[in-house]
Amino acid sequence: MSTHNMKFPPGLMLVALGVLGFLLLFLAIPVGNVFYTAFSNADGSFTMGHFGSFFQQPLLKESFFNSLYVSVMSVIFASLIAIPLAYLTVRFRFRGALIIQTLGVLPLIMPPFVGAVALQLLFGTSGTVNLLLQDWFDVSIPIMDGLNGVIFVESLHYFPFILLNLTVAMRNIDGAMEEAALNLGSRGWRLFRRIIFPLALPGYIAGASLVFVKVFDDLGTPLVLGITNMLAPQAYLRITQVGIDDPLGYVISVLMIVFSILALWLSASVLRNKDYSTLQKGGSSIQQRKLGRWESVLAYAWIAFVLLLVLSPHIGVLLLSFATVWSYAPLPDGYTLSHYAAVFSNSHDMMINTLLYCGLAAGIDVILGTAIAYLILRTRIPARRWLDWLASAALAVPGIVLAIGYLRTFRGVELPGTDTVLTSTWIVIMLAYSVRRLPYALRACVAALQQINVSLEEAAASVGARRHRIIRRVVVPLMAGGMLAGFVTSFITAAVELSATIMLVSRDSDAPMSYGIYLFMQSASGRGPGAALGVLAIVVVAIGTYASHLIVERASRRTRSLHAIEQE
Amino acid sequence: MKKVSVECRDIRLSYGDTEVLKNINILIEPGEFFALLGPSGSGKSTLLRLIAGFNQHNAGQLLVDGKDISAIPPHRRNIGMVFQSYALWPHMTVWDNVAFGLVERRLPRAEVRERVEAALALVGLSTFARRRPNELSGGQQQRVALARTIVIEPQVLLLDEPLSNLDKKLRVQMRRELLSLQRRLGITTIFVTHDQEEAMTTADRMAVLDKGVVQQTGSPATLFDFPANRFVANFVGTMNVLEGAVRTRNYSGVTLSVDGVGDLAIPVHDDIPQGDRLAASFRPHSVRIDAAGGNADAHYVWLPGVVEEREFLGEFVRYAVRVGEQRVTADQSHFAGLSQFQIGAPVALGLEPSQIRLLSA
Repeated sequence: MSTHNMKFPPGLMLVALGVLGFLLLFLAIPVGNVFYTAFSNADGSFTMGHFGSFFQQPLLKESFFNSLYVSVMSVIFASLIAIPLAYLTVRFRFRGALIIQTLGVLPLIMPPFVGAVALQLLFGTSGTVNLLLQDWFDVSIPIMDGLNGVIFVESLHYFPFILLNLTVAMRNIDGAMEEAALNLGSRGWRLFRRIIFPLALPGYIAGASLVFVKVFDDLGTPLVLGITNMLAPQAYLRITQVGIDDPLGYVISVLMIVFSILALWLSASVLRNKDYSTLQKGGSSIQQRKLGRWESVLAYAWIAFVLLLVLSPHIGVLLLSFATVWSYAPLPDGYTLSHYAAVFSNSHDMMINTLLYCGLAAGIDVILGTAIAYLILRTRIPARRWLDWLASAALAVPGIVLAIGYLRTFRGVELPGTDTVLTSTWIVIMLAYSVRRLPYALRACVAALQQINVSLEEAAASVGARRHRIIRRVVVPLMAGGMLAGFVTSFITAAVELSATIMLVSRDSDAPMSYGIYLFMQSASGRGPGAALGVLAIVVVAIGTYASHLIVERASRRTRSLHAIEQE
Repeated sequence: MKKVSVECRDIRLSYGDTEVLKNINILIEPGEFFALLGPSGSGKSTLLRLIAGFNQHNAGQLLVDGKDISAIPPHRRNIGMVFQSYALWPHMTVWDNVAFGLVERRLPRAEVRERVEAALALVGLSTFARRRPNELSGGQQQRVALARTIVIEPQVLLLDEPLSNLDKKLRVQMRRELLSLQRRLGITTIFVTHDQEEAMTTADRMAVLDKGVVQQTGSPATLFDFPANRFVANFVGTMNVLEGAVRTRNYSGVTLSVDGVGDLAIPVHDDIPQGDRLAASFRPHSVRIDAAGGNADAHYVWLPGVVEEREFLGEFVRYAVRVGEQRVTADQSHFAGLSQFQIGAPVALGLEPSQIRLLSA
């Protein structure tokens, strides 16, 4: 009897148990530990008391509402930027659409906390824009003051999530849906409000909930902007200053997870039974039309404005990296290459660390992702779906929470055979990266495996190959594109991860680039080298993003040609 | 409600160098149920979408009730269209779908309610108002799409392949419902289909399109009995066509030298097209099929042949008979006890002269 028909093939069970072990040890148990600590007294008995004391502290209560406020406002502003852009690309046939698509990825390739410094210099109270405004009109706009600054930075950074999801959703609307409305007398704004937007709503909600979660969890941006009265900075300060045993740090962590899960659950429940992608086989999307003369002037003006805003962090960081001194002036006083020289001579350890941690983490992600994808799509192992859910749950775990969980769970645990404590090594940083980025790699692997027709594997089985040989000779080669894309996505997003990094770096020699940028940015003299390092990080991430884009394109072209053959 | 006419005058439409509609001239009378019939790519859907305002013609006039509506945008034409895919909005209930056009017209709430209820009652879906489109069967979705369109009381109703997404049995039923609804409302209706049976059973008149050109316009019986050319002859119903060079042409008829068969004298006098080559066309059910060697009735034109294939279809038996190098299809009505010709049997095919149409080759 072949292993294909067995319910518990021993080899696969072993793999499944291995994956489960990893997820339990490095995700479920640490996070569970955070929950346990938040709900227990020193003697281990259950209590809700920590939550009571949380809401009795004005600062914490304020932080909680500030976090909610900033997240909601960021979603609103990100929507204001993204919705018109998405509509322009789908509705009109014009060259600006290409610019918008580029716009869609540009912000994502720079960590928000790097941009925050540059935006401070450009839009802060004594930044370029306000200095000029004061000179000319004697007014200033408080765009970077306090929470405004966080909202501004976050919405500029995260609006692409809404833009990308919404564009896809709008493209999947069948043109007849719109024509039917036109036919019944609807047009313009009402047509958009009653038909097009509601049909694209699932895409919008998917993007908006992601923005909410990302902003709610972000630690780096508020810290760099000097804002501490929000939840993530409070958790960080509690644990680093009061100590690892302070229960309030855990209460904050629990709140952050609960709100992340709530936002994701809410979007999932709104989306349930709402597959609005009405585009049918052979149907065509919404008809595109050419812009009128004044319409295109308006459209390009809007795009230029948004492009300028979106690029301002990039421009700012680039200027800063070449600036001798830049403060209280619209532009730097002079330009130099010395920051890059300094970074290359002093900080190459950080670059190597980033490559090492992120490379290892992304490698683990691809292996786990492939294993889970295979288990859920190609086997009947009981509870296999749980692996998927568990791995995807990492999406809802903020980096800082995972880090706190590690610090608590692995406190005093020594590496086998040595007397080094696990939490004092870079291994925990790498593990945190791999757990946090696993959902990305997993989705890429699942998508890749789904595209492979199972008959290709059955054909291999029919000529006598056994399961592990089929996986090695058929499945993995065909999945390679998706796996590589998963690797790149994991790698580049881990490279700019800050919240877990800040908590887990115990020695400067273990610090990766993201931590280095953060450290440099703390002092005025370090900004130059920090920006130079930031530019390097952007370049690395940009190359990675482009590479993964190419890989995915090529892989999907190959499967497309396979499907074409099937249909003939 | 006033019944209106629809007229296409010299309408042309091209995308770049591709001419999709060439000089279309059609006059649809007020209250008529009119079918546009043609194969895919014939331009029939393009013409329908042009009337709805989704395509714009490059030349010609589009008149509704005698007025040119070419410049009026689709949302102000008041020409209702039912889409092939129904295009029901999945985010709205049946009720909201049907009410949509009325809400867009800013009608008072009470009137909206009244008219939606009436429209749903008309299509027999009153109890389904709170459902979502994806909770309905194909036939029900079709009715919602219809209700959504007729509720705005359009001056013209356009139906784009309305039955193509239904299974065969439902199609016949919906066909009858559509027709009876149209008769009750008296609304001028234009119906696009590639199915000649659908067109013939429902339409008052129809136009056959091919390659962007109207091939023939007329009642179903006219098109069936007197096709204007070989395309219409083949597209509407089944047709035998024997093509050949004209040998003689005189008062007693035409003699054709049919390719691969030989001379065939056809005693037809009227409507004979010009040209050196002609095609004699006749329907399978008009062919008499006898055993070879019997007494030949001089009223018929006889062709000797051999049975090659036989299909038993219940009401009749369809034979494919080899005649020289050609194949002729002949239907024989079937009754209990009537014996059938065997494959390989020599037979004589009798053509009734009045049923033969001579067409340009």
